[in-house]
Order: sequence, then C-alpha cells, then structure tokens
Amino acid sequence: VENVQLLDRLSSRKAAVGTLYLTATHVMFVENGSETRKETWVLHSQISSIEKQATTATGCPLLIRCKNFQVIQLVIPQERDCHDVYISLIRLARPVKYEELYCFSFNPKLDKEEREQGWKLVDLNEEYNRMGIPNNCWQLSDVNRDYGVCDSYPTEVYVPKSATAHIIVGSSKFRSRRRFPALSYYCKDKNASICRSSQPLSGFSARCLEDEQMLQAIRKANPGSDFLYVVDTRPKLNAMANRAAGKGYENEDNYSNIKFQFIGIENIHVMRNSLQKMLEVCELKSPSMSDFLWGLENSGWLKHIKAIMDAGIFIAKAVAEEGVSVLVHCSDGWDRTAQVCSVASLLLDPYYRTMKGFMVLIEKDWVSFGHKFNHRYGNLDGDPKEISPVIDQFIECVWQLMEQFPCAFEFNERFLIHIQHHIYSCQFGNFLCNSQKERQELKIQERTYSLWAHMWKNRADYLNPLYRSDHSQTQGTLHPQMAPCNFLYKFWSGMYNHFEKGLHPRQSVTDYLMAVKEETQQLEEELEVLGERLANLQKSQLNDNKVKSKQQDRSKQFGLSTSNKNLANTPQEYSHDLKSFPSRSPSQEDEDSALILTQDNLKSSDPDLSANSDQESGVEDLSCRSPSGGGCLPSEDSGKDSDEAVFLAV
Amino acid sequence: MLRSSQPLTGPNRKRCREDETLLGMVLDEGERGFIIDTRSAQAAKQARMTGGGTEPKSSYPHWRRLHRALERGRPLQESFIKLVEACNDASITMDRWLSRLESCRWLSHVKAALSTACLAAQCLDREEASVLVHGAEGTDTTLLVTALAQVILDPSCRTLVGFQGLLEREWIEAGHPFHVRCARSAYSHARLKQEAPLFLLFLDCVWQLSRQFPFSLEFGERLLLTLFDNAYASAYGTFLCSNEKERCLCKVKESTHSLWAWLNQPEEKEKYLNPLYTHNALVIWPSVEPQSIQLWHGLFFRWIRSSQYLDEAWAEIQQVVGGN
Repeated sequence: VENVQLLDRLSSRKAAVGTLYLTATHVMFVENGSETRKETWVLHSQISSIEKQATTATGCPLLIRCKNFQVIQLVIPQERDCHDVYISLIRLARPVKYEELYCFSFNPKLDKEEREQGWKLVDLNEEYNRMGIPNNCWQLSDVNRDYGVCDSYPTEVYVPKSATAHIIVGSSKFRSRRRFPALSYYCKDKNASICRSSQPLSGFSARCLEDEQMLQAIRKANPGSDFLYVVDTRPKLNAMANRAAGKGYENEDNYSNIKFQFIGIENIHVMRNSLQKMLEVCELKSPSMSDFLWGLENSGWLKHIKAIMDAGIFIAKAVAEEGVSVLVHCSDGWDRTAQVCSVASLLLDPYYRTMKGFMVLIEKDWVSFGHKFNHRYGNLDGDPKEISPVIDQFIECVWQLMEQFPCAFEFNERFLIHIQHHIYSCQFGNFLCNSQKERQELKIQERTYSLWAHMWKNRADYLNPLYRSDHSQTQGTLHPQMAPCNFLYKFWSGMYNHFEKGLHPRQSVTDYLMAVKEETQQLEEELEVLGERLANLQKSQLNDNKVKSKQQDRSKQFGLSTSNKNLANTPQEYSHDLKSFPSRSPSQEDEDSALILTQDNLKSSDPDLSANSDQESGVEDLSCRSPSGGGCLPSEDSGKDSDEAVFLAV
Repeated sequence: MLRSSQPLTGPNRKRCREDETLLGMVLDEGERGFIIDTRSAQAAKQARMTGGGTEPKSSYPHWRRLHRALERGRPLQESFIKLVEACNDASITMDRWLSRLESCRWLSHVKAALSTACLAAQCLDREEASVLVHGAEGTDTTLLVTALAQVILDPSCRTLVGFQGLLEREWIEAGHPFHVRCARSAYSHARLKQEAPLFLLFLDCVWQLSRQFPFSLEFGERLLLTLFDNAYASAYGTFLCSNEKERCLCKVKESTHSLWAWLNQPEEKEKYLNPLYTHNALVIWPSVEPQSIQLWHGLFFRWIRSSQYLDEAWAEIQQVVGGN
C-alpha cells in the first residue's frame, strides 16, 4: 500500500511517508525518497494487537502493538486498504499451524551439521553432571522415558536414589498434571536441593502414601537437615480455594518433617493485567511525574517483580545458609515455580550468571520442564486467557539484579532484551510448543535452528565489560538487600520503552568499555609480538629472517570525538503549555540530517501542543536503525542477508 | 543570558526608563528576547500587590515573557523533608512506595527545573535569542535555571574546574543566601522560614544529567555529594554567609580556607573525576520524560543501603579505562 504514514508516537506531525508491504513473515514500511533507505520491519509473530482507529481527515489510523513493546502508528489513506491490511494482519499475526511460523522458513545458510551442533550447544546432562549428579543420593530416572508418567516433563528427570519407580508413579498420580517432585538444582556444598512439582491433589483430606514417601526421599537425600521446606508460591487464599476443587497444598500433619510456607505471587491473569496497565502508562502522551508514578503503582508491576525476587531469595537462603532442601510448587508447577526456581539458582550459583550458564538455566527450568511457551506467548492463535508475561518477569528479575550487582553477570542488558525478543519472534525453534514431547513430535531440532548457537556466535555483543570471573561479586551466592529495598526496583525503560531512543542515554557505557577493553587487549598482544620480535632480533643479528608483524586493525572508533556527530542530540519539547516559538524554516537545521539518520541517536520530537504552537524544528524525523550499531534488535548478519536485516524506525 | 530580580512595577504599573533602556540595549536591531519568569503568571501578577510584578509588554516590546512556575521556599523544603522521611521509612510496602514517592513531589520539581533550564537553553541555542531569567528575588530559582542552563549549553562548565567556576559565579557570587537556605536540612524540627533546598535541587539536576550523559561531565557523583555536604556544614569558608558583602564584612577570605583549593589538590582531585569523561563540545539536551528522571539513590539512600557493589563497579570501570 502506498502513501502510508508512519507516525512518531509522541508527535503526530513527525510523520514519515512511504510504502507498506506485507509478506508471509513480516510487515514492512519503506520510507519514500530518502538518501538512506529507511525501513521498518516487524515480524508477524511479534504482533500482539492491531487496532483500527476512527478515520480522520488524513486517513485511516492503524495501531500495531508488539510483544516486544514496540508500538507502530500507521495512517493509511484509503479506508478500504486499511481494512484489508487490518484483516490480513489479524490473520497473519494469528497463525494456526506451526508451519506458518518464521522458524520453519528462516534460513541462516548453515549446513545440517552446523544446525545439529547448534542444538548441542546446551546439554542438560552435562549440566547435572556439573552439579555433581548422579551421586550417592541422586540419580537419573528413566521412568518418564516415553512421557508415560508425565507428558509435560522431560524424558530425563533426576530424583533421589531412594525414590523407586513405584513411588514416582504413585506420587505423579497425586499431583496436578502428574508433575511429580523432581530435581531442579543441587547444591553440592550443602547437599541441599531445590525440587519442583505441581500442587498435590489433596482436596480437604486426601492422602497419598507414595507422595509422602517422595517428599521423605527428598528430605533424606540431604543428610545434613532434618526437615524439608515446602514452598507454595501462591497466595494463601488461592491455594485454599483450590482445595475445594480437589487440589490444594501439603498438610504438615501428613507429611513428616516438612515446614510449609506460602509466598504469595499472583496468578497469570493478574500478571497479564498488570503488564497491560503498565504499558498503558508507557503510552501516555507527555505524562507528568505524578501520572507516571501513580500509573506505575496502579499496575502493581514492580510489586510482582519484587514478590518473585523475594521468593527466590527465600529459597536461596534456605539452601545456602540453612542447608535445607526446598520443594517448590504453585498450581501446575510451570509458571511461578519456574520463575522462582530459576531466580534462586541464579542467586546461588555463579555459573548461571555466565552467558552459557544462563542459556542452560533457561533450557533447564523453562524449556525442559514444560513451561507452556506456545500458550503463554501466543506462538499460535489460542486462548487469550493463557497469555501472560511469565518469562518476561523472570528476565526482568535478572535485570534488576544486574542493576544491583553490576559486576556479577557475564552478560549485559542487550543479551536479556534479545532473548525476550526471540521468545516472541519464533525465528528460532527453542521456544515453540508447550513441552519437550510436542517439540520432539514436530521434529523441531531437525527443522529449525537454535537461538543459543546464534547468540553464542555474536557473544561479543552481549558481554558485560565489568565482569571478571575472579571478582568478589561474581563468586558465591548473591545477597540482595532484603529491606528496606523498595527503591531498588526500577522501571526498566530499556525494555518497555526500548524503541523510544530519546529516553535513553545516548552513549552506551557498556559498548564504550567493551571497545576500550578490546583495544587494550590488542595493544597488549601487539606489545607481546613486538617483544618477541625484539628478542629474536637480539638473538640473531646476522639472520636475514624478516619477522612479519601483524597488521593490527586500529580503526576502532569509539565514536566519542567531538567532531563525531553521533553525539548530537536534539531537544525535546520542553514547554508543554506554551505557545513559545514561532516556526523555523527547515533550512535552519544545524545538523547534517543524512548523517544523523543513519545513526541511532535521534530523539524523537515531543508532544504536539495546540494546533498553533510550533515545534522546535531542530528535531529531526525518524531515524533508521543501523543494525551494526549493536542495537535494539537481534539483527542477524546485518546487511549480509536481507532476510534477517531488521531495521526499525523509532 | 541575563538574570535579575523582579521589576518593581507595583499596583500602579510604574515604569523605569533606565531599566527599559538597559534591556533594550541587550538586543540587537530587530532581535527578540525572552523573559523566563520562574513564577506562575498568577503569582507574578499577585506580586504587584506587594510592590513587585512583571515587565509589561508595552514597555518592553521586544521581549516575550514566558512563565514557568518553579517551586521554592517553604513548599520545596517540605518536599525535601517528606522525601527523606519516606526514604527512611522501612515500613512502606512495595505497593505504596511509588505513591508515597509521588506525594513528596520532589521528582516533579526536578523535572520542572530541568525543563525550564532546557527552555532557557533552547532560547539561546536554537532561537539564538537573548534570555532574561528572574523570579521574585533573583536568588533562588533564578540561579537554579541559569546555572543549569549553562551546564547544558557550555562544555567548559562540565569540566571540574569549569563547574567550580560556575558555582562561584552563579550561586556564591550571585548571592544565593546559603546561610539561611542550607541551615538545618531535612531532619530538623525547626522548620525555619528561610530554609529551602534549591542548591540540592540543582545538584540533583546535575546528577540527572550525568546519568543521561555519562561521558560528558568531567566529575562524578562524589563531587556532587561533597558539595551537598559542604553547603550545609563545612570546614571551609566557600559556602559561608549569604552574599559577597557579608563575606567581606566577616573577612571570610582572610580567615578561612577555600573548598576549591582543597578539592583541586592532585591527590584529592582524582577522587572526583569521572573515568568515562571525554570532552563533548555539543549541547546536551536531557530527556525530561518521567522514565528518564530517577530518584538520586546515592544521596537519598546514602546511609540506608550499602553502596559496596556500585563502588566496586566504578572501581572496575576505572580499571578498564585506566588500563588503556
């Protein structure tokens, strides 16, 4: 569709005009007649909702909201076209079959072996070995080898040695969705473990011998402790209500030597609404500080993040300080349980704070244990009530921890943002379906590629320059401040306002430090080479050998010199309620627009005041995001393969 | 950029030829100027009743007046006190924290101050027009705006030495009454009439700039905290008294040491430098969206939470950059 306008969220006057394209996998907007070809590409899988708004004089507005929080406002001149686009997008954004997803057509031009190797990068067996398992208390069980016991669990589960197949099967019958207690994390220093399950089908008074034996087995697998914590991550009221439906929670009287604990984390519906409200705050036009703070509080979002974090801290403390094992569950054991177990593991074990370790953590606690990616993140069109930002919350917990402990993580914020993006993008096969069983049936590993291999290849972009494996912060357990600590939880504008470049510091400290580190390393290597050369020369003065020196590439631009227009930023509208400045002619722009447009440093202009007031015309229009700017999106081989190049306008 | 106090127009709309001539001389032929009045239009009008007022358009035809109400005086001090109370209140749960923060209004004041300074800067840099800033007395919000605008506009004010110069010019010599403004701070029950944390507000705004432009200021948070401390209680005479006249009478220069002299010693100085600093010749325009303005943890939670991990991070940064 031609002559479509792409509006800036904050100012309806800064509109780019171009052509809208719909393909099988993307919707694209290509701006007309600029020297640099500015394109906006959005994957259909990323589209969360499409809103057709009332037709105005300029055309028919269409608002596209994405799962990665990008919001795109289009104005299509003809109502007919707008309707067609709307209907098409609705259909495209709601695939019915897996084969429609991008991962089945995405082609990074790797051969079969490379694809396989990519999938092998994360090996859970290796991970359990690293933990020290199997050992004399824990072993691998094949009881679920054909998914016969629990179809949402992996084929390989780790259980206490004293838990026989009979006990496991019996216990699974007493657990919601048959998700029996299984090992998530083993702390070999303390012999304490974190196990996970779903809620017991205890109703008001039902008992199950095998389930009780299962818990005993877990407790006994930790000889240093005479009791087991059972942590129910639901609010007490919800758990009690479940009893009326024949489910519920463990009665301390029936299970010997357990200490039961509720940690109230709200359910997926509450979280879905919470995110919704927070995003509404993000969409406010020129909010006051009050609007923002009230809106954020009303959404309850940070409160929920803190609840998840507190649960993780409780469990980490139980394991690390008390040396007590913990069994965690919620209702079905695939949402809050996953969040809480992975936060606890992250706090306990520095391995999970490395890049590889984090990938392993997600594979273990989320992918293998049957978190319902399809239902929660809408790979396919499904029940909207199943949608919930569960893994987003976990990812945010990690970011909050990174802010508190800047030296403790090997990876940076960009790593987290890209992972979140790809959970929704369906460009890779890792996060499809609802269980290992389903993925196996669809032969995911043979038909799609692994995200981890791709990210690993680009790991230089994801490193945290402040990380040193021998730093005190990176070793041992992390101890986040418990209280007072409300103020420690910040709004993550890097995620939720990711596409509004004007809000973020213009210069990335991370990128700068990484560049400095790289240059230092190169210089050191060069120094070494020169040193050797000197030694050689001194040794053999009569020798004619010429030592070829490496041509080091010294063209590293940190982009911080004052002559570099990268730094130029433009003022937003600072005078909301005033008709301050008369219009300026465009020729008064003092920055080189073409140059700015290729850099990711533009600040979008601000609220349009009344019809009469004129903007600061110094504000440039939308920029094209050069993927090499290391930017917001997992731009695959930028420019090399047009399939992957993802340009986004702000 | 000029600063002054309010014109004494009074209820009878007095005029002053000299004042009009002076302002006329500032402008070139055909040029236009802006007056940024840091009081609301309402408050400025009411000021006439007590002898003050605003510049009438007819008498100052080439000057356009803009009102930007900035909080000062008692309400600002209350805001500060409430904020400190909230930060110290361990009983606040997460579901009430943000509204409590909001009720202090401090962050709104930061946003307003930054916005107004940016407005002044825009006038100069974008409109290439002269600006006159004044409030009522010209000793509080006026200085906040002019000083902040210079940090935004002028790279030399962002160097350690340049910043000290800015403080000397725009706060100390300009006559901000430190003696009464920075008397008891937030914990005192005394609630002194003249007390108000304008200088702290300024430092907070500078901190916001350092966060948004981590490479552009030669100094770091530590300097700002040191300045905050010394404004209230100091071993040095730099922030004593309320204006140059008083300092002369008290013989401050003869009987005390200068804070700047101490800060600029090589072994002291390096503690205050920002390892990421590189000279940025351009204007730095901050975002004043609520998401961009954060509560200054380093100040308000200074004694409440450990800064160990952040200090370690800064040490790492120093190491990475220093090793180059």
